[in-house]
Amino acid sequence: MNHDIGKLPEILERYPQEPQSLIAVLQDIQKEYNFLPCDALKHTADYLDVPLSKVFSVSTFYNAFSLNPKGDRVIRVCMGTTCHIRGAAQILEQLEKKLNIRAGETTPDLKYTLEVVNCVGACAMAPVVIVNDKYYGSVKVSGTKKLLKGG
Amino acid sequence: MRIDKPAQLTKLRKELVAVEKKHTKKIMICCGPGCLANGAAKIVEEFRKVLKKKHIRGFKIEALKETGCHGFCERGPLVIIEPRGTFYTKVKPKDVEEIINESIRKDETVERLLYDDPSNGHKIERYNDIPFYSHQQRIALRNLGHIDQYKIEDYIVADGYNALVKALTKMKPDEIIAEVTTSGLRGRGGAGFSTGRKWATCAKAEDTPHYVICNGDEGDPGAFMDRSIMEGDPHSVLEGMIIAAYAVGAHEGYIYVREEYPLAIENLKLAIHQATEYGFLGENILGSGFSLTLNVSRGGGAFVCGESSALMKSVAGEVGEPRAKYVRSVLKGFHDKPTVLNNVETYANIPVIIDKGGEWFAGIGTPGSSGTKAFSLVGKVRNTGLIEVPMGTKLREIIYDIGGGILDNRPFKAVQTGGPSGGCLPEEKLDLPVDFDTLTEAYSMMGSGGMIVMDDHTCVVDLAKYFLAFLVEESCGKCVPCREGLFQLHAMVKKISEGQGIEEDIEKMEKLSDVIIKSSLCGLGKSGPNPFLSTVRYFRDEYLAHIRDKKCPAKVCRELIRFDIIADKCDGCTACLSACAFDAITGKKNEVHVIDQDKCTKCGACEAVCTRNAIEVS
Ligand SMILES: Cc1cc2nc3c(=O)[nH]c(=O)nc-3n(C[C@H](O)[C@H](O)[C@H](O)COP(=O)(O)O)c2cc1C
Ligand code: SF4
Ligand code: SF4
Ligand code: SF4
Ligand code: FES
Ligand code: FES
Repeated sequence: MNHDIGKLPEILERYPQEPQSLIAVLQDIQKEYNFLPCDALKHTADYLDVPLSKVFSVSTFYNAFSLNPKGDRVIRVCMGTTCHIRGAAQILEQLEKKLNIRAGETTPDLKYTLEVVNCVGACAMAPVVIVNDKYYGSVKVSGTKKLLKGG
Repeated sequence: MRIDKPAQLTKLRKELVAVEKKHTKKIMICCGPGCLANGAAKIVEEFRKVLKKKHIRGFKIEALKETGCHGFCERGPLVIIEPRGTFYTKVKPKDVEEIINESIRKDETVERLLYDDPSNGHKIERYNDIPFYSHQQRIALRNLGHIDQYKIEDYIVADGYNALVKALTKMKPDEIIAEVTTSGLRGRGGAGFSTGRKWATCAKAEDTPHYVICNGDEGDPGAFMDRSIMEGDPHSVLEGMIIAAYAVGAHEGYIYVREEYPLAIENLKLAIHQATEYGFLGENILGSGFSLTLNVSRGGGAFVCGESSALMKSVAGEVGEPRAKYVRSVLKGFHDKPTVLNNVETYANIPVIIDKGGEWFAGIGTPGSSGTKAFSLVGKVRNTGLIEVPMGTKLREIIYDIGGGILDNRPFKAVQTGGPSGGCLPEEKLDLPVDFDTLTEAYSMMGSGGMIVMDDHTCVVDLAKYFLAFLVEESCGKCVPCREGLFQLHAMVKKISEGQGIEEDIEKMEKLSDVIIKSSLCGLGKSGPNPFLSTVRYFRDEYLAHIRDKKCPAKVCRELIRFDIIADKCDGCTACLSACAFDAITGKKNEVHVIDQDKCTKCGACEAVCTRNAIEVS
């Protein structure tokens, strides 16, 4: 699949042209496109003079990167310790059932992506779910509909 | 404005203090992680809107401050009116106008938003009178909640960058190191290594250049002390790092922040920019001839990157795999050069130590663990939040006096410290003083400061399974004992949680743990079996109940429980029927409902919505 990677040159220019910039560049690409398009990785490898294999190994090592496109609404369920003991697994299960996908997957219509994260530092409000960039604290098992609809 | 001489800073501070003094009242809005999750941004917006509309005599908009975590997150969003310290809890946008009318225009309070003491129902106006705060002593968190998190000027008013002036103009690098050594400060990131000794080793290393790095990875899931400091008081971290860099002769440094903390990254970058403009960073700092640049490096969401050698690789843009420990990162660290790596809270303590002296700091806490420690107090405790207490404070005091006891008055079961590398302590250990060595002797560990309280509804087998699953996922896979050993350990705990375990399994797991601890390469593997070992040590009966009786006493492990509707209690309200996502419940309105055990996944949604306690878990 070919993706428009028109923004790439501008992203590359933000950082020094050296291997050390790799993670920062990938983070910005991920942010821009919600995933790492293959073409963008090839260009990045050339530009920073890093072997493509290394670019791939870094892309797959870190949880922050994904090689597949994500949905419009990225729902991230915190599975940190505090959220776990306050029932995060049940909330995830409700969402999985409602969206008919498993954690880490995207709905075929590219509307939703369901992910888990390990603690976002709002533990006092556990369990926590983040939809795109909005935090929801003290989420109840019965309150997952709201997360899908937004608002 | 750039500051080239210490005298200029003194003058600037005087001017800034005079400006602050003109504000007869200040509105402090907590914008820490917890309050933000609860809608603090809307409160700020509403205050700005109403203040603009009303224009109150004598009140300047600069007296509205967006602060870092004030501590008592459970009661958030918080709004505090200074100087009285009036403490408004659970504030909603619709309360804003009333707060302005009562507390800013007049000297009254809005009663209903005040804290009410759960023991007697009395309202308490000032936060200093609330037990949650009165048992604490704040050094690392000194400015959190008291200054605007975006303004370097507020930090300067709070005596910020004083210690830097003292260090650069009155002290030699070795004197600084001596002061830090005298303070007895031990690293707050988990291992508790002497900060002074680490700095001394780096300073003496002949290879150049030297680097300073701050570990803001905060991988312990359940901890947010470092996040709160980086967001709410970023300059305290910068000041600590600049002093460290001067002491060890470094001119370049990095702050490694996990990418789950975007606000921390933003605030640190802003702080670096401000500090550079004032001349606290960059070339020829304060006219001393010493130069330093600091950069923020975003992590990629891998727990193992909190480990020192992995972190340094990650900063260099590579895959974060640890390397063998015999190469010490303080001598061969970032780019294989001598590097000081310290935790966020460790750095935040440094300015105070330089300001008040190592002796002063050493006088706080216990002889082996000086100073204070910040904890995120969370889980099934009434007052969740961010706290700081002198080392040596008893667990009981933390959980009951500060934490207010267990949620819903349930029985206390255990407290978990040290995250995935730490352990669980039971009731009989509640009188232990919290310090590095005592916790280690009790088979737990201090860790970075996550303190998770558990009640009788938490199953320790499930908890061990949780941590092991986390570690299996996060193990970098470089060495076999960790990669395969933790995998097997997890599989065996899982088997027990499903009622399929046999008693010999426990012994086998203990042996396997021993091998993993002895032969893993880095701290992740070496401490990975701890959550299993500490729970099996203190809660062996609970493991045996899963094995022998096929029961989960806490009623958590799904394979060993069932949900039933008690016919006598059910009034047929249909709430559970609509809550069940698995179509396992049938029943007509006003008639008793029934659960189909074949369809039930034991998700617990029905129990959570039934207001008549008609759903029984057994
Ligand atoms: C698997 C693993 C994860 C770690 N995660 C962190 C972390 O998130 N934050 C931290 O400050 N230290 C962490 N550490 C400890 C660091 O390796 C290091 O000891 C510490 O940052 C040194 O700073 P300090 O002496 O100021 O504590 C971790 C260690 C291991 C083995
Ligand atoms: S102990 Fe685990 S995390 Fe550490 S190097 Fe070995 S495999 Fe990687
Ligand atoms: S929610 Fe409770 S009372 Fe209502 S139908 Fe279900 S079991 Fe009965
Ligand atoms: S536990 Fe979950 S699946 Fe079972 S009946 Fe209740 S809501 Fe339905
Ligand atoms: S454990 Fe979920 S926010 Fe920390
Ligand atoms: S975030 Fe507001 S009190 Fe902690």
